[in-house]
Amino acid sequence: MSDTVKKFLYLNRKAPYGTIYAWEALEVVLIGAAFDQEVSVMFVDDGVYQLTKGQDTKGIGMKNFSPTYRTLGDYEVRHIYVDRASLEARGLSADDLIEVAFEDMETEEEIDNIVEVIDSAQVSELMNASDVIFSF
Amino acid sequence: MSILHTVNKSPFERDALESCLTFATEGAAVLLFEDGIYAALRGTRVESRVREAMGKVKLHVMGPDLRARGLGEDRLIEGIEVVDYSGFVDLATQHDKVQAWL
Repeated sequence: MSDTVKKFLYLNRKAPYGTIYAWEALEVVLIGAAFDQEVSVMFVDDGVYQLTKGQDTKGIGMKNFSPTYRTLGDYEVRHIYVDRASLEARGLSADDLIEVAFEDMETEEEIDNIVEVIDSAQVSELMNASDVIFSF
Repeated sequence: MSILHTVNKSPFERDALESCLTFATEGAAVLLFEDGIYAALRGTRVESRVREAMGKVKLHVMGPDLRARGLGEDRLIEGIEVVDYSGFVDLATQHDKVQAWL
C-alpha cells in the first residue's frame, strides 16, 4: 500500500428515497473510510435534500438512513460542503440541515459541526483541488 | 372526462412536472408523490409555476413522502391538499383515468 494520501471528493446530486443513489453514495463513503484518505462530501442540486432534519420514513416503508450522515465525522470525513445556490433554489437554508460533529481520535481535535454552506466558486475550487471525484 | 395526473420526479431534475402542467386541462387533478413532492413547497424556484397551474388544476401531495424527506406541511404552498395512500386510491377512483408522468 502506498502512503500517499489523496483528496477524495464524494459529489451527491440526487434526492434521497426516490432513487437509490443517495443510499449507495453513503455506503461507498463508509466503506471508503477504511482507506485513510482525506475525504470530503459535497451536496449539490437535489443532493442537498439528503441532509434535511426530521426525516421520518415510517409512512413509506423504507429505511431512514438520515441518522447515518451524523456519524460521518466518525468515518474520517473531515468536510461536508453544501452548495448555497442549490439550497436557495429549493427554499432551504443551513437551519434546515442536520449537524455533523467531527472528532479526531489521535489529535483529539473536535468540531461541533462540519457541515459548511459554500458558494459556487468554492464548489469549483474544491472540485479542482481534489484528486478523485466520486459522483452520485 | 377528468384525469388524475401523477408526478413522482423532482421538478429540479426532470421536466415531468412542467409537461404535466402544460398538458393538464381545466378540472384535472395532479398528485405529487415520491420526489415529486418538492414542487409543493414554498420558496422554491418552481413555486410561481405551480401557483399559476393551481388556477386550472387541483393539486395534491403525498403526506408520507413529505414526512420521509423531513419536510413539514407548514412548508406547503397554500391550497395544496395533503393525502395519504388511501387518499391516492380515492383520487384514482374519482377520475376517469390516471396519467403517470414518469
